[in-house]
Amino acid sequence: MAIVSALRGIGRRTVDTVWRIGLATRFFGLILFHSGNSFRRFHLIIKELFSTGVMSLIIIVVAGLFVGMVLGLQGYETLKRYGSESALGVMVALGLVRELGPVVAALLFASRAGSAMTAEIGLMKATEQVSAMEMMAVNPIARIVAPRFWAGVISMPLLAALFSAMGVFGGYFVGVVQIGVDEGSFWSQMQAAVDFKHDVMNGVLKSFVFGTVVTIIALFEGYDAPPTAEGVSGATTRTVVTSSLAILMLDFILTAMMFGGS
Amino acid sequence: MTFPKGKLIAIMGLSGCGKTTLLRHIGGALTPTKGYVKVDGQIIHELDQAGLYAMRRKMGMLFQFGALFTDMSVYDNVAFQMREHTDLPEELIHDLVLMKLHAVGLRGTHNLMPSELSGGMARRVALARTVALDPMLIMYDEPFAGLDPISLTVVGDLIRRLNDALGATSVVVTHDVQESLKIVDYVYFMANGVIVEEGTPDEIRNSQKDWVRQFVHGEIEGPVPFHYPGGDYRQDLNLKVKS
Amino acid sequence: MERTTLDLWVGIFVVAGIAALVMLAMKVGNLSTYNVSETYQVHAYFDNIGGLKPKASIKSAGVLVGRVTEITLDSTTYKAKVTMSLDKRYQFPKDTFANINTAGLLGEQYIGLNPGGDTENLAPNGEIKRTQSAMVLEDLIGKFIYSKAEEPAK
Repeated sequence: MAIVSALRGIGRRTVDTVWRIGLATRFFGLILFHSGNSFRRFHLIIKELFSTGVMSLIIIVVAGLFVGMVLGLQGYETLKRYGSESALGVMVALGLVRELGPVVAALLFASRAGSAMTAEIGLMKATEQVSAMEMMAVNPIARIVAPRFWAGVISMPLLAALFSAMGVFGGYFVGVVQIGVDEGSFWSQMQAAVDFKHDVMNGVLKSFVFGTVVTIIALFEGYDAPPTAEGVSGATTRTVVTSSLAILMLDFILTAMMFGGS
Repeated sequence: MTFPKGKLIAIMGLSGCGKTTLLRHIGGALTPTKGYVKVDGQIIHELDQAGLYAMRRKMGMLFQFGALFTDMSVYDNVAFQMREHTDLPEELIHDLVLMKLHAVGLRGTHNLMPSELSGGMARRVALARTVALDPMLIMYDEPFAGLDPISLTVVGDLIRRLNDALGATSVVVTHDVQESLKIVDYVYFMANGVIVEEGTPDEIRNSQKDWVRQFVHGEIEGPVPFHYPGGDYRQDLNLKVKS
Repeated sequence: MERTTLDLWVGIFVVAGIAALVMLAMKVGNLSTYNVSETYQVHAYFDNIGGLKPKASIKSAGVLVGRVTEITLDSTTYKAKVTMSLDKRYQFPKDTFANINTAGLLGEQYIGLNPGGDTENLAPNGEIKRTQSAMVLEDLIGKFIYSKAEEPAK
């Protein structure tokens, strides 16, 4: 009997998950359908760009700088054994542009901006602001959700690029300024090895995908949250957990697709 | 039940008797399983999305705790519908907003955020927002809940005056008997989703029905029991009945 | 917050983000050497290309003049056919010598071009006839060991 109930539990979870993914997809469709209004009134998006993008700037810049510095330090220690310290720039830049930039920036974005989005929309629901808007004949998906979605999609690649740029600078600082790797070979080897289309653009593409997914998850959880205090806090936690897992899994798939073949 | 034009009608009843559900039906947020709601000659649940939204523009609804948009200032809250639904120039919106705020006596607060307002003030701002587009039907969901006596009288008075000034129809869902009996034209009493009594405030005050008497005068004993139905008390406490 | 302050901050954010992207493209990546000028294609056959890869750089006198675009095996001669795109600003004589070099002992491999003395220049889609294969380290070591072994014992 224990096996049967365990199986039943797995089955129920699977059905629930598929159900929620379906709902989220439908929600995504609704957002796209109602997006026209937010582009016609672009200041709605600008307002949300402030709370998602500008408010995440500091954490992204500081985190990027430190990740780059650690990469510089660790990379130097490893490369020194093989006498190829001059490849430090390549290592730092490729690591950041391809992987760490998009992934870490997206993780930070999920916990900084994503959770805030969920909590904000959940609270708007709990205090009947969403119903009030509906009663005023204003579609809340068009007015509340869509501008936030586009703000997330726009700011994520920019934040990831900032993260990578700060990281390269951090690596440069530790490697060249502190340790004394040759500056010329640092930059020239980096430029020779990092391809614009293959590496930089794929990184941007990744962060675009992550931004879309994280924002959808955050908005869906907020919009779907039970209108109570526990409901909203649970939804906020779910946003961070689900979107972090989604980022890491998607990163593997995208990496395999982009860089796996060559 | 019918809500004639220009009247102020109260719907009273215990918590959970279906008053808010009724308002949601009028607003088209719910689809009735039986019967229909007809507003301005149109059956609400048969309208499509566009028709429903057009209908909602003619309605205003005041939510229980105001439901002001917390990320906008008082001014933007009141201007919200004007900006969403009209192409009025900003100067005209400015004047209209200040007029609406003046009507509720809060013209000086237009720069504040909703979190800086007291409960009574927030309710009045929400009222100004509700009537921003001069609706023909205004619904109030518990407008008196959680207000101090002064705010209570102020809000009650405003509801009456706005109704008369706009020539609108107002529906007030409440369980604040004394305050609402002072201002309304007609009262419906609901229990368990059905109407048990109706009449003018005077008729209600003098109603002979047990249920209405208990409600109006706030008596403990009456048809509404104090105890929620449960098992035998002595058995629940594991007491042996001596025989 | 005032609308203008908001706009300002968002503007700063967007400009910073785009600047970071441009920096990644120009300073970190190779966009600055990418398609900036017109290129022309030439090819060359090598007996052995060692570890040469597509997008490897092509240098002449140490200056980057182009990139390897394609490497295929010619199925009749069993030689490696390397197609390269060279910057139009740089023209090379017909008898230019192409050899595969290594940056440092274990570094990346690249093609070095040593111009000859011919008066005619390489035409687009022309062939560089004179090539030298990559030095394969294992072969060198092997040769060295054999030559040591063949030395008469003292």
